Amino acid sequence: MAKQQHAESWSNGKSVFRHGDVPFRIGTVVLASCVVGLVLAMGVIMFVSSGEARAAFGWDVLFGQVWNPVATDLAAPTFGAWPAVRGTLLSSLVAIVIAAPLALGIGIFLAELCPPQLSTPLSFLVELLAAIPSVIYGVWGVFVFVPFFNQVFSTPVSETFGDYIPWLAGPVATGRGVMVTGIVMSIMILPTIASLTRDVLRLVPNTQREAMLAIGATRWETIWLAVVPYSRAGIIGAVMLGLGRALGETMAATLLIGNSQRISPSLFAPATTAASLVANELTNSVSTLHESALITVAFALFGITLVLNLGARLMIWYVDRGMAGGRS
Amino acid sequence: MNTPKNYRWRKFVDQVMRGSTVFATGCAVIPLIAIIGYVLTLGASALSVQFFTDVYQPPNMAQAAADGSTPAFDPNDPFAGIGVPTDGSTDGTTPADGAAAADVYAGGPVGGVLHGIIGTLIITGMGLLFALPIGIFAGIYLSEYRNERYSTIVRFCCDVLSGSPSIVAGVVIYILVVIRSHEFSAIAGSLALMILMIPIVTRTTEEMLKLVPESMREAARGLGAPTWYSTFTVIIPAALPGIVTGVMLAFARGAGETAPLILTVLGSNVISTNLFAPMASLPLLAYRYTESPYPGENTLAWGAAFVLMMLVLVMNILVRVATRRRAGASR
Repeated sequence: MAKQQHAESWSNGKSVFRHGDVPFRIGTVVLASCVVGLVLAMGVIMFVSSGEARAAFGWDVLFGQVWNPVATDLAAPTFGAWPAVRGTLLSSLVAIVIAAPLALGIGIFLAELCPPQLSTPLSFLVELLAAIPSVIYGVWGVFVFVPFFNQVFSTPVSETFGDYIPWLAGPVATGRGVMVTGIVMSIMILPTIASLTRDVLRLVPNTQREAMLAIGATRWETIWLAVVPYSRAGIIGAVMLGLGRALGETMAATLLIGNSQRISPSLFAPATTAASLVANELTNSVSTLHESALITVAFALFGITLVLNLGARLMIWYVDRGMAGGRS
Repeated sequence: MNTPKNYRWRKFVDQVMRGSTVFATGCAVIPLIAIIGYVLTLGASALSVQFFTDVYQPPNMAQAAADGSTPAFDPNDPFAGIGVPTDGSTDGTTPADGAAAADVYAGGPVGGVLHGIIGTLIITGMGLLFALPIGIFAGIYLSEYRNERYSTIVRFCCDVLSGSPSIVAGVVIYILVVIRSHEFSAIAGSLALMILMIPIVTRTTEEMLKLVPESMREAARGLGAPTWYSTFTVIIPAALPGIVTGVMLAFARGAGETAPLILTVLGSNVISTNLFAPMASLPLLAYRYTESPYPGENTLAWGAAFVLMMLVLVMNILVRVATRRRAGASR
């Protein structure tokens, strides 16, 4: 009975339900604006809180060589995060150099070559890698990978080549260092790049492949000369997203890199990264200037990943629209 | 473009490169199996009833309790009861004169992580509660008003949130809450996790609502239902399983986050349900126990990693099963 009345009141336009659309729209827009507001607020809060250090040191907060939070008789506290910035860049470089070609291979295999029965479970496995919390990579790295890598790679390599090539010099000591961190981070960012690469390769129209096969190309030539160039922008975008993840990675880096402020040319030597510097020191900061310098480092991290995200999204969006016509 | 003229050479390159993509896939699968295998085997061996029912036990206290002796705690010499070799030898054996002291380096795992499990459930649950309204309504906005220019901005901000390092969320909440209130608190941790969960909930809600066929919206409109009414009574119920899986994924991601919790929750060694005080959390325990010098605590770190890993695996497999059934049903 009630239901019928319901329907009648709708049809004659007197229902209160009719007037719900405006509040509904306002409500969704307001809550959606919370997301926008959150991003703006994060930027503004960090910008304001980092003001003290920026006023005191300028760009030296990021590029100065000395990070000394404690005032001594000899020197006032100085904040120059270059050791951390350098560690971040180096470890991410190692990670991306290892991960990008492998991820491209995985993406090509999953999108082009893999039999369909195998594709779904493999994709699921690769995506599972992305879902594992970073602290687990850290735990695994500390107890399993560092001793293994130390014994199998770092020690022999530094003993053989260390005298001639400064980046591979010893002493290997605890085994924690830039190289180990980079390798573990490459495992972490592999699924991000691989699954995005697979997605953009799947977007390539089949005519592209058929034309290439019709003129007698092998499968690999088809992939390398017709499919990959077509989605080049998307693949670069995927690598940029992976790089963003590597730059901001905190837990694995904190556990594996050794947290040393000393700059050493060797990749086997302990270093520190921007994120692990913040994680280690912010709760123990000795002065507001120290706090502010750490916030500046975090702000720089936020800014870099924002730019990388913007670039990557633009590139992937470009491919999605089918506007990338790059052919070699 | 240099086309190899020799057909055999071309076939060879083809085989080698196809083989190398298989090799690359193997390179991704091997560490995955290694990580999951180590965590499952070493982690499972750390599990016991005590692991789930006990809280932190200081190594020397627990060892002494196992011996039946009460440790003599001297505030002026807190390390008296700990069997560290005093003669400079590093083989971990107890010196003869300190035979009464328990050798904490030889002991097995003691204590448990109940405080961490409770803390993780509270912190992540609260974070999810904060994130749900914003995430779901933003998702509805992105899906139902998808062609507006503003929705592109919202979508981009979502990507920024999900792409920004998790430590940044911790730093922002540290500035906003911890510095102002002069205390680390569970609620601050929940707020930091909220920042990380919002983009996941938003994007899955949007994707799931977009999967609802347009014909259902048209049918509801044809019956005279306003947009808000059809959204709540037709479209959301149709997409509910997908939204729930998104929420579960957000929970799994939040439960595994460590970096923001270091800056906001700090950690604790006792069971605490006070939202305005520091609280323990499973990933934090895994982190701290990994850095601990005691093998017993290292074992507990594996156990904590095991519980986290199981949470992630179970959530992901459930999601996979749910979405597959969905995809099959809609065909």
